[in-house]
Amino acid sequence: MKVELDINRERHTVDVEPRLSLLDCLRDKLLLTGAHAGCEHGVCGACTVLVDGAAVRSCLMFAVQADGVAITTIEGLSPGPGELSPLQDAFCETHGMQCGYCTPAMILAAHALLSKNTSPTREEIVDAISGNICRCTGYAQIVEAIALAAERIRGQNDPVRP
Amino acid sequence: MKPAAFEYSRPADIDEACALLAADDGARVIAGGQTLGPLMAMRLARPSRLIDIARIPGLAFVRDEGKEIVVGATTRQHVVENDPLVRAKLPLLAKVMPFVGHTATRARGTVGGSLVNGDPAAEIVLVAVTLGAILVWRDGGESQSIAASDFFLGPMVTALPLTACLAEARFPVWPEPRVGVGFHEINARQSDFAFVSAAAQIALDADGCCTRAAIGIGAATAVPLRLDAVADALKGQRFDEARVRELAKAALAGIEAMADLHASAEYRKRVAVTMAVRAIADAYQDAARRP
Amino acid sequence: MTVSGKFRFISSDRRVREDRRFVVGKGNFAADIVPQGVKHVALVTCPHPAARIVSIDKTAALAMPGVRYVLEGAELAGATNVLATGLDTPNVPRYPLALNVARYAGEWVAAVVADSRALAEDAAEAVVIEYEPLPFVLDADEAYAGGTLVHEAHASNVLLDRTFTWGEVEKDFSASPHKLKHRVKWGRSSTVPIETFGVTASWDPWREILDIWASIQMPKYPDQTAMALKIPMSSVRVHYDVDVGGSYGVKRGIKHTVLVGYLSRRLGVPVRLIEDRLENMRGGDMHGPERNFDVEVAFDDQGIIRSMKMRALDNVGAYAGRSPFQLGKPVGAIVGPYKIKSVQYQAIAVVTNKTVQEAVRAFGQSPTNYAIERTIDEVAIRLGLDRIEIRRRNMIRHEEFPYLIPSGSTYDSGDYHTVIDKVLAQAGYGDLIAERDRLRAAGTLAGIGIAACLEPSGGNSSFEPLLNPKVGTTTWMDSCRISIDLVGSITATMHTTSAGQGHETLVGTVVGEVLEVDPDKVRVVRADSLNSLPSNSPVGSRMAIMLGGAAFHAAKALKDKLTAIAAHDLGVPAERIAYKDGNAFDTAAPDRKRTWAELVTIAHRHIHKLPAGMEPGLSVSHIMPVPMGGGLPTADGRVQMYPCYSFEFHLMLVAIDPDLGKPEIKRYVIGHDCGTVINPKIVRGMTMGGIAHGIGAALYEEFAYNDDGLLVAQNFMDYLLPSAHEVPPVEIVHHETPSPLTVFGQKGSGESGYLGAPAAIASAVNDAVRPLGIVVNSLPIKVARLGDMIAAARDKLR
Repeated sequence: MKVELDINRERHTVDVEPRLSLLDCLRDKLLLTGAHAGCEHGVCGACTVLVDGAAVRSCLMFAVQADGVAITTIEGLSPGPGELSPLQDAFCETHGMQCGYCTPAMILAAHALLSKNTSPTREEIVDAISGNICRCTGYAQIVEAIALAAERIRGQNDPVRP
Repeated sequence: MKPAAFEYSRPADIDEACALLAADDGARVIAGGQTLGPLMAMRLARPSRLIDIARIPGLAFVRDEGKEIVVGATTRQHVVENDPLVRAKLPLLAKVMPFVGHTATRARGTVGGSLVNGDPAAEIVLVAVTLGAILVWRDGGESQSIAASDFFLGPMVTALPLTACLAEARFPVWPEPRVGVGFHEINARQSDFAFVSAAAQIALDADGCCTRAAIGIGAATAVPLRLDAVADALKGQRFDEARVRELAKAALAGIEAMADLHASAEYRKRVAVTMAVRAIADAYQDAARRP
Repeated sequence: MTVSGKFRFISSDRRVREDRRFVVGKGNFAADIVPQGVKHVALVTCPHPAARIVSIDKTAALAMPGVRYVLEGAELAGATNVLATGLDTPNVPRYPLALNVARYAGEWVAAVVADSRALAEDAAEAVVIEYEPLPFVLDADEAYAGGTLVHEAHASNVLLDRTFTWGEVEKDFSASPHKLKHRVKWGRSSTVPIETFGVTASWDPWREILDIWASIQMPKYPDQTAMALKIPMSSVRVHYDVDVGGSYGVKRGIKHTVLVGYLSRRLGVPVRLIEDRLENMRGGDMHGPERNFDVEVAFDDQGIIRSMKMRALDNVGAYAGRSPFQLGKPVGAIVGPYKIKSVQYQAIAVVTNKTVQEAVRAFGQSPTNYAIERTIDEVAIRLGLDRIEIRRRNMIRHEEFPYLIPSGSTYDSGDYHTVIDKVLAQAGYGDLIAERDRLRAAGTLAGIGIAACLEPSGGNSSFEPLLNPKVGTTTWMDSCRISIDLVGSITATMHTTSAGQGHETLVGTVVGEVLEVDPDKVRVVRADSLNSLPSNSPVGSRMAIMLGGAAFHAAKALKDKLTAIAAHDLGVPAERIAYKDGNAFDTAAPDRKRTWAELVTIAHRHIHKLPAGMEPGLSVSHIMPVPMGGGLPTADGRVQMYPCYSFEFHLMLVAIDPDLGKPEIKRYVIGHDCGTVINPKIVRGMTMGGIAHGIGAALYEEFAYNDDGLLVAQNFMDYLLPSAHEVPPVEIVHHETPSPLTVFGQKGSGESGYLGAPAAIASAVNDAVRPLGIVVNSLPIKVARLGDMIAAARDKLR
């Protein structure tokens, strides 16, 4: 089946079998390999992408279901070659990762949170990433990265004082 | 872990969806896919055709009909979670929504999908049974209604005919001024399916006595239980923990609790009492806070 | 050689260079590497715990669209050598695909190759295999007793049964007024990385090279692959620049690699196997130790433990992987941080019809530490002593290092009492006890958890010769090559993969420190196995010590060479030359100097200015042996196991709702001492990650089997990994006791969180439920199981 996808603000027409997950479509057809397969049954969250701004599991969505929505992958988050978004930079600042496998998904889940709430409490941060399993870090430096990014984003939005 | 091959259809309306279902014994409806997806990935479900109803116009809504709040079958769970009408008029549903899966699954999962899946541990299923929701499906061009308590027949088994498609769930609104809710569940990790859950909705009079109560227990048995005997006995009563515990114990004494890898039947049966008492206590307290 | 004094880059809170690629999704993981024309493998696995394979009918599968091949065990076994195992157990052979008999549910029986993974899975369902189910055994005690044999030809289920006696055990026991004996159990769990194991192999028949991209953390991987495939090791090119999505020990993958290596050679196309989660959990290199400990200690009225007898019975699953050696590593810290004078240790590994066990974080030390710490707690309770006081009394004191333990290892350094003091101060121990008692008074079960642990680090593999005398391994080197090119840039080469430990940052930091240049300017690359120096991969908490050490020595040699060039060109003795920030000057006349650019130019272009006989260019390789290594075990099994010993002390408060049985960690403080910290962000992350892993092992994770011998916790809905909800904030108090054996005083830090957390949680839970008269002596402590125990105890008390 042909399906039109809007990914990182670019349109792609791909020919897919109905059974192809959005995750496999992104990785195999579009070579967007930042989304990772962890469990392929919707628990670990490593395949998280944004659909209309909300974090969703791309392993639990078929590519044929994904037309007409705006999909954002980790590849769509950095402002330009060699550049990092404030959130990505905050993950580097706190070392909110180790092996990097769950990281793109973790950042997208955090991005979805911060796009709605720039002053999250620790509980809200924890809840927002609780569907994303990280086996390396014990989460502490991830939570700190998100809090740091929130702080920086709030700072950016502060009115300039004379 | 790739699903077996299938055909994919996207009907224009619910009757076309039903016609597609009738035409293919192996066809299944998909809306959010958050339960069906894992089953298909592990090839525990292998539909020959998926009928995607998520885009059918008019199936995703939250509507105030006075005595009822009606939720369309394909309404995403995160929409219900954040809906002001649900918060104002269906406090019990609002209360349980954050416990349904994770943020990411609520973004795709639908209310109808959870109901039709019929998992006895599902929070939305428990609320539907506890409040006595009416479920409405379409089948062969006709609409049919059924009480939630008659809809759920066993774990993942419902009364929904194979050719039917759920259209909406009608949750009764309690008009009393002082309505409170309580919900508790126990699981290994915070977002896992519950071993046992309990939901309670209680209306109080000006003196703090119960005028109406609805109490349900989820996950312990094959289908969620309504503890109507407890609800009736609470009428006219203020909260008395010891008495509530006795009532819950008596009501749950004869249940046939399920056992699995994570929790024994004894655990479920015993803790169901605890959960019920706590949910009722919370509901009293919540109601008492209201003027 | 140890460098002391203030560091410029070491220990400073610098960013981790690897992170930049990961945050933008540009890691280079095994599944991201897709050679043109690659074919995909799906596995057909055995549905029985034990079965004879009567017949395999491939006809239907081969007729399906896109299917290229179906491989079965007989063909593969005929064409390859048996997989290497550590022990000398020739009658327990193992091949990637079962040969005639399958010995656990999930064992690979056939492999389907197709154009896509989905088509391969379709065809895998169509391979018709007739099985004759056989009797099976799951329980380690039953397997040890005999009866049902997993490998008939081996005539026993015992792979290893050795008793060591170090010191005057019987004498110390009979001289002690008190004895205590108990059994504790460690349940089957593992590290469960979020990336499954994946490998792609591509055979080039004209060049005769097998290219391999794999998510490995595996010593001797190219060697074992070559030997199994019967090709020269010089025909195996393993690409070490593959990012590994977590491992913590388990990413071994030899059987996967031999399978796809064979298929690629057989079919003439690249072939990949990316395990799905079910393949991974059932039959990958996945499961960890499952151990029953019988521990007996002898002690005096003061709680001084004089002697210990420990029997460890490990259920290693159906074949002898590397796992029996996990009973060997604990020998290197068999008394923990305590001065126990004599020890009897019986190490038993039995085969059962469960999934094969592989290497897991801390290589068997965490279960053993749990057994030791549980025992210390029980001794304290028996004597009515404070559980911290008894530890203080028994612990090695700072001034007693280096300290030789009965089993032959010398601990390098430590300051255990100071670390404990710091933890108690941070936690406010008195307040913590008051809080526990306040919770108890309010009807909650509350307990304080205490555990110490040692992290042996610098992996030397001395458990190999200890448990298998045919293996004479006495060191496990690691290497670094550093080159300064002719325009003056520095490139350091490492020779193994990483799985999140930040080794590129480690090497950059060390080279920057020694050569006094900005570490971010040091390029760090990875060789492939055909142009690499020896490495033994990042196992055994070794890389800070071994790769850091090798990088130090190579950089130091380069610095010495630059100094020598400057001395020669300036015409002064080398002792008069000082090296600073890349430039060299005459200390007697500081104006006379040679800059970095000048020195580099001389080395690369002006041979006439080099000292006589000096090799031109600026490239140095250093291959470093493990400090304190080099000795074989004595006849009674004493050996220096690992060189360095980090220390951690865990203190926590746990509350348990008595009606539900759900433990909640209310406060968690640890003291951590891994010597000199090279990168604080990395060390903190390793510590926190280890703790989270330990919380999982203690409370949530278990590869549970049913009575039919089937793995029932085989997906992430039933095998429960801690999420952010389940890992509480942890306060870490640092202390640095440098190791005298390493270049900066550094020790290992990847394991201690995991070594201490399970013991501390078990300690806390037992403190909480002790008033009910119950003891919880097996892990994991699952909510409902604990709830049922508490309910039964309360019923009895009523």
